Order: sequence, then C-alpha cells, then structure tokens
Amino acid sequence: MSPKYVIQTSKYWGLLMIDINSKVISSLEKKSRQIRLETARICYQVGPERKAHPGPALSITDIIVALYYHVMEINPQKPNWSDRDRFILSKGHGCVSLYAVLADIGYFPKKELYTLRRLGSILQGHPCMGKTPGIDMTAGSLGNGLGAGVGMAIGAKLDNKNNTVFVLIGDGELNEGIVWEAAETASKYDLDNIVAIVDVNRFQSCGPCDVIMPSEDIKAKWCAFGWDAEQIDGHDMSQILYSINLAKYKKMGYPKVIIANTVKGKGISFMENNNSWHQRALTKDEWLIAKEELGENKNDIPK
Amino acid sequence: MIFQSNGVKLENTRKAFGQALLDLARDGYDVVGIAADTSKSMCLDLLQDEFPKRVYEVGIAEQNMMMVAAGLASTGKIVFVTSYSAFLSMKCLEQLRTFIAYPRLNVKVVAGLGGFTAGIEGVTHMSLEDLGIIRCIPNICLINLADAQSTKKAIRAVADYDGPVYLRIGRDTSPVIFTDDYKFTIGKANILKDNGNDLAILATGFPVYQAIQAFDIIKQERIGAKLVEIHTIKPIDKDAILNLAKDTGALLVVQEHYRTGGLGSAVAEILVKNYPIPMEEIAVDDIFTESALPNELRMHYGLTVENICKAARKVISRKLK
Repeated sequence: MSPKYVIQTSKYWGLLMIDINSKVISSLEKKSRQIRLETARICYQVGPERKAHPGPALSITDIIVALYYHVMEINPQKPNWSDRDRFILSKGHGCVSLYAVLADIGYFPKKELYTLRRLGSILQGHPCMGKTPGIDMTAGSLGNGLGAGVGMAIGAKLDNKNNTVFVLIGDGELNEGIVWEAAETASKYDLDNIVAIVDVNRFQSCGPCDVIMPSEDIKAKWCAFGWDAEQIDGHDMSQILYSINLAKYKKMGYPKVIIANTVKGKGISFMENNNSWHQRALTKDEWLIAKEELGENKNDIPK
Repeated sequence: MIFQSNGVKLENTRKAFGQALLDLARDGYDVVGIAADTSKSMCLDLLQDEFPKRVYEVGIAEQNMMMVAAGLASTGKIVFVTSYSAFLSMKCLEQLRTFIAYPRLNVKVVAGLGGFTAGIEGVTHMSLEDLGIIRCIPNICLINLADAQSTKKAIRAVADYDGPVYLRIGRDTSPVIFTDDYKFTIGKANILKDNGNDLAILATGFPVYQAIQAFDIIKQERIGAKLVEIHTIKPIDKDAILNLAKDTGALLVVQEHYRTGGLGSAVAEILVKNYPIPMEEIAVDDIFTESALPNELRMHYGLTVENICKAARKVISRKLK
C-alpha cells in the first residue's frame, strides 16, 4: 500500500524516535540530493522560454522528501485512495521538486517530467489536480492552500478518518490575508489533523520578504491564531522528521505549524540565497556545475 | 404548472433552499453547508439543528469559505456554500474560478440577494452583473431561479449533478409562480405558455412573474407568444433558443441583470452567429443603482409589465419591416 521508500511509522508518537535512526536519515538525505538533481535537470531542460522556478523548489526539497518517503501514508498506484494523507503545495510555484518526487515514487512516468509547461503535458506550470496524478489540490494563486487543507481536514473528521493533511506555505505567501482566515477556521474547529509547514526561505518574487512586507514574528502570529508552532531547520532531516511525525501522530486537539528556516536555492552553490533564481532556466554550463555539485556521477546517486 | 397571477402565494427562496438542503440530508445525501456569517440569513440553521456536523461557519471570510468548500468537495462531499450574490460573484471569484471550477469540484454556490432583491441595501449588496461574471468561467453551471418552488426542485437537481454550480436566488418572499408539478432539468429551457408564433419571451429569475402578466396582456391584443423560462444560463439551451427563433422570428429577453453579460448577451451570441432575427431586451442599463425596495427599483429601472408589453410589440414590428 505504501511507496517503496516508506518506512511505516508507528501510530504511537512515543516510539517515533526508534524509527528515525541514522540509516533512515542518510537514505532520505541521499534521496533529497537526487530530487534536487532532478529539479535542476528539469529546470535546465525546460529551457529559457518556459523557465520554471528552481529557487523556491530547492528550499522545500528536504521537507517534501521527508513527507513523501517517510511520513505520508499514500499509494501511488491508487492516487485517489480515500484514506490517504493529503499534501497541498500552497506555494505552487515550487512544484518542480514535487513533480520530481511524484514521478520517482511512481505516480507517473519520469519521462513526463521533461514535458513540463508544454502543450499536452500532464504537468502544468503550477499544480493542477485531476491532470497530474498525486496532486491533491490545484495551487499557484498564493494564499489559498491552507483553506483547502481546512476543508480536507473537516472532511476527514466527518468521515472518521485518521489521515493527516499537510499544507506547505511560503513565507512570502503569509502576506495573503486568506492564510489567516483559514488559520482561524482550523483553530475554531480544533483541527488536529492538519499540519502547516511554512518554508521560511526569506525571499519572495521581487526581493527579500523583510523588504517587500516584513512578517515580524511569524511564530507569535501563528500562536495568536491558536496554532501550536515549532521552529526548525528545514534542511536538517532529523529535525524535519521528528517535528512532522510528532505533528502527525500526537493529536492534541489543535492545529500545528512547523516554521522551517530554509535557504532559497539550497544545494546548488550559485543559487543559494540568490533571488534571481526565483524563476529562471539553467544554461548548459550551469547545469553541468549543478550536476557536479549534486554528485550525479557519484555512485550513491541512482541514475 | 403556473399559478395564476391573481391571489398569489408568497414564499421565501432562501427558506426554500434551507428546507431543500435539509431534505437532501434526510434522504441520505452527503451534503455539507458552509456559511460566511450567513448561517442564519441563508437558512442553514434548518440543516444545522438536525445535522449539527453538516454545517460550518467560517465567519466573514468568503474567500476562505470557497477554499474550505474546495477541500471538502475533494473528499467527496456535496458542498453548498452560501452568501450573497454580490460577494460570491466578486469577492471570492478567483477562488471559485481557480480552485472549484478549474478542478471541477462538486461545490454548489448558493447566491442569495440576487438582482434587485437586495434593493434596500444599495449597490454594495446588489448584484446585477453576477450572471455575466460567472458566465465567462468554464466548467460552471449557472442557474438563475424564479421562485421558491423552482428553488426547491433546483437544489435537488444540482445535488444530483456532479460539478460546480452557481445558483442565484433572492432574499425575502416573492410570488410563487410554479406549482408542485414544476419540472427542473439543468440546461433545459422551460416552455411555460404557448399561444402562437408572433414572438417568444425568454425570461429568467424573478421577472418571470412580470413576464407572465405581460403575456396575459398581449394575449388580449391577439398577439400570439411563447413564454419560456431560461433558468440555466450556462450551459444554455441553444437548440431550444434556435427553435424558438425559427418558429417566431422575434425574441424578447427579460432579466434582472445588466444588459452586459447576462441572458440577453447569451441569447444575442446565439442569434447573431446562427439565425439573426430581431431581438429586444428588458434589463438594467449600464449604471449603478440606488437603495429602494425591490419593486420600487423594478419600476424605476424599467423592469415592468408595461415595458415588457411595449418591447413585445416593438420586436414584432421590427420583424415585419
């Protein structure tokens, strides 16, 4: 029932740390590197006219790898399995890494990845449910994913299901007022089956978040809206696994948010913290550097 | 199928909606109602009293309501979101388009206070452009209802239909036009009266009532008309409209909406491309209106029985030229 890399996590949160051993962590880190490499390859192959968003995809790679290869209960052979955990990439422009993950675990053939943004492709510029197997909610217009997650969480409660809804939100996206409308709703209905993850990569489309619209204390804001908030290093696999598993299995009657400090463009030296990589295609030379840095030629990376 | 216009019964379309939704839940439909501080005003309390878990109140947050609806619909629920047509068609239009219409989720948007029924509140709460706005969006079924009886039937019909629907209803009581044997089929024009082939009157929403009275008046003048209710504006019953055009050679559209974008535009698009014949329209001019009672506004902006009769005579005279 589960994708090949999933290690079934215990339903008892107290046992979580037993599952998260160094072997698990190193295999997930290896997977992250592979997904980053695939992300770079897609952003190279898609070309300058159809340019995709590498920077915002690379800051979330470790988080979505943790979700899809370890935490979430899903079945790529049955994308619409009603008991599955759900994932909403509210910052839809980061979808290249997500597409790479979905193809890798078998939702669709890998060759589809290189049709991104082309006529007839199942892969739209921003995620489209119904068109792309494994996409649980359309996304791209920012701010809207959390509300959809609230609806899914209410639906799960109504049907007495135990699944969890994960919503990944960008820090720039917190500018959108609807995020806070949804946060209030989750809190009002005591939705402990929804987990928000904020990707704090400190940049948005036109510059640093602190310049465009300072968010001040993100954690305090979420707490004020009735959420349990935790801050982690969004590239430290053990912190990611621990906090997400805890959020999934330790249900306390209120919604939880993980505020993940990340680096935009993480993993490729010339992209890290360089906002010109928000949306841009790699040249051949840049691709070769990225390939070298992410170690495609190294033995530990599957081809 | 139609009550006579004398001694009319009055009923509230919002209550008719609330009752129909409750009946669906009682019949085992997996319905959920969502309100944006509209749970009482849109009569979701009927459902909530009997099925408390089937109603969610998200507060004054229409965009969020649409998104919660999208998420709920993705888990298999039949979701009814409720607010006023001015807000549902504009404040949360993007959420409706991108997250409900685009993925074709099973959400029914029940838009109260349609047309002039919000009259006393003024322009902020009135929607004379909603049909035109929603009609531009693919995948959405667009329905405009004429009375409480058709509302009851339509709510059941849209619950049986898998996909997004926008339904415009009213506010307070309005004349009950139809009887129990009224049949509502999504996408089908509803021929109410047939007295000849001089013209066809195509009416939608509350002015169906005025159109019926006009029909009776012009009948005295030996004008043979067909009176047709067009409740589904999208997908529009193109075949029926073309057949009416061919049978009569003159069409008159009656609607509580601006001339731009609504039923008049939809009919004109069909005629001009397929069968150009004279067409007239009773609708609201391209201006912002003001606060008054619905019937005062109908008089003031020309949605009257008298004007429908005049337009009927005019379109016939154009045909004869």
